[in-house]
Amino acid sequence: MNGLVLGGTYALLGIGLTLIFGLMNLVNFAHGEFYTLGAYATFAALTLGGLGFFAALAVAIVLGAAAGALCERVLLRPLRGESIDTTMLVMIGLWIVMQNGELLAWGGVAKSIPHPFPTAPLTLGPVGIAPLRLFVVAAALALIAASWLVIQRTRLGRAMRATFQDRETAALMGVRIDRIHTVTFAFGSALAAAAGALLGPIFLAYPSMGDLASAKAFCVVILGGLGNLAGATLGGLVLGIAEELGAGYVSSGYRDAVGFVIIILVLLFRPSGLFARAERIG
Amino acid sequence: MKRAVIALAAVALLTLPFWLASPYHLHVAIMAGIFTILALSLNLLLGYTGQLSLGHAGFFGIGAYTSALLTLKLAWPVWLGLASAAALAGLAGWAIGRLALKVRGAYFVLVTISFAGMISLVSINWMELTNGPLGLPGVPAPELAGLSLRTKSAYYYLVLAAVAGSYLVCHRLVHSRLGRAFLALRENESLAESVGVDPTHTLVLATVVSAAMAGVAGGLYAHYTRFVSPEVFLFSYTVTMVIMVVAGGKGTLAGPVVGAVLFTVLPEALREAMPWQWQLLAYGVLLILLVFFLPRGIVPALSAWRR
Repeated sequence: MNGLVLGGTYALLGIGLTLIFGLMNLVNFAHGEFYTLGAYATFAALTLGGLGFFAALAVAIVLGAAAGALCERVLLRPLRGESIDTTMLVMIGLWIVMQNGELLAWGGVAKSIPHPFPTAPLTLGPVGIAPLRLFVVAAALALIAASWLVIQRTRLGRAMRATFQDRETAALMGVRIDRIHTVTFAFGSALAAAAGALLGPIFLAYPSMGDLASAKAFCVVILGGLGNLAGATLGGLVLGIAEELGAGYVSSGYRDAVGFVIIILVLLFRPSGLFARAERIG
Repeated sequence: MKRAVIALAAVALLTLPFWLASPYHLHVAIMAGIFTILALSLNLLLGYTGQLSLGHAGFFGIGAYTSALLTLKLAWPVWLGLASAAALAGLAGWAIGRLALKVRGAYFVLVTISFAGMISLVSINWMELTNGPLGLPGVPAPELAGLSLRTKSAYYYLVLAAVAGSYLVCHRLVHSRLGRAFLALRENESLAESVGVDPTHTLVLATVVSAAMAGVAGGLYAHYTRFVSPEVFLFSYTVTMVIMVVAGGKGTLAGPVVGAVLFTVLPEALREAMPWQWQLLAYGVLLILLVFFLPRGIVPALSAWRR
C-alpha cells in the first residue's frame, strides 16, 4: 500500500516530466523544484494564509502552473532553437536558484505540513492504512485521470499530441507551437507541484527534497518511454511498488537503487520503454 | 601575439606557487586543475561526439576509491594506484558505453545518471570495502624519488603536469582520424556510417578514454585531500563539469579549460563577496545570465568576436 502512495506521486511527477521531455525536448533538471514548490506552497497557504487543507492543495497546483508558465516564457522561449545542452544548462541554473531561494526563504529545517485527517489507521481486513495515505492515493489517481482527459479529449490535448508527433506539420495545421510549449511546461509543473503538495504532509518539506523527486521522475520516464503518458502512469506505480518490495526484501539502504537497476535493465532489453507498443525507433 | 599570450600564460602557471602566497589560493588552483581534467574528459564526449554523460562523477569516484583502496589496503605505490584508477574507470566506461550507446541521445544521459547513482549507493552501503558514509581517511600522498609530494606547491606541479598531459591527449585525439570520426558521428550519424565509421565502436572508445581521464582526476583528488568518502559521487560534481564544459565552449579544446578555471574560482570569489546563503543563488543567476548572453559558450564567443 505504501508502494501505491509512492507510486501515485511518482506517476504524477513522471507524467509531467515525460510531457516536457517528450514535447519540448528539454532535460528538465528543475522538475523536482516544482515538486518542492508545491510542498512549500501548501505549507505556506496552511500556516500563513490560514486556508483549509484542500484549498491549500489547490493553491499549490495553481502556483505550480503559474511558476511553470513564467519560467517557460522568460527562460525557455528566448532559447528556442538552441541545442539541448544549452537549455539544460539554463534548467540547471534554475534548479540551483530555486533550491537556494527556498533555503533562503524557509531555512534548512524540515517543515511538517499539518493535515486534517485522523491519525488512527483504518483497518480493511488484514491491512491497516492511515486515512491520509488513502486520500493521497485517491487524489493522485484522480489527477492522473484528469490529465488523461485533458490530453486525450480536449482540443488542447490534441494540439499537444500533434506537436509531439510532428512539430512542423502541427504548426502548419494552425497549432500555435509557442503557446503549446508554455501550456505544456505549466501543465507538467502543476502536476509536479501537486505531487509535492500530496507527499509533503506524509513526509516533510525541506529545500533539497526535489533532487530525489527529479531522479524518480527521470526513472519513470525511462520506464514508460519518452512522451508516453500511459507508460509514465504505469511506470510510476511499478517503480513505487518495486521500491517498497526492494526495501522490504533486499535492504532498505538500497531502496533508491531499485530505480537505477530498473532503468538499466529496461534499457538493455526494451529501450523504447517497458510499455511501448511495437514501434520503430527513428 | 597569440604565441606571446601562450608563453606568458605558461610562465604564469609554472611560477604560480611563488607569487600565490596564500595556501588557500593554491588550494583553489589545485582544484581548478583537477576540474580542468574532468572538464576536458567530459568535453571529449559531450563536445566531440555529442553524447552527454551525466555519470562522470561515477568515473571520478571510481578513480578516487580505486587509487585510495589500493594504496591504503594493499600498500601499492601511488603511481600504480593512479594507473589502476584510470584502468578501472575506463573499464566502467567501456561497460556503460556498450550498454548505453546502443540507444544514445536522451537515453545515454539517463543510463549514465543511473550508473552514477547506483555506484554511489554501493559506496555508501558496502561497509567492509569502503567504510560506508564515514569514508576512508589517511590516503597516502604520492612520492617522487623518495620525496613526499605532500606540500601544496609540490602537488600543484603534479596536477599541472596531469592537466598538460590530459590536454595533449585530447589534442592528439581530436586531430586524429578517430577525432574526425567523433565529429562525423556528432554531425550526421548515418552519413558517417556510410563512409565506414562504426558508430558504436567509436563512441565506446570515446567513452573509455573519457572515463579513464575522469578516473585519473579522481585518483589525484583522493591523494590530494587524503580522504575519500561517498561524496565524491555527488551529482553536483557532474553538474559542475557540465557547466564548465558548456559555459566554456563545448567542442573546443580551450573551452573546458576556461570554464573549469572560471567556475572553480567564481564560487570562491562569491564566498568572499557575500554571506553563504546568497552564494549559490548568485551562482545560479550568473549561470543563467551566461547562457542567455553566450549560449554557445565563452571561447566560441571570443573567437567569433576576434574575427
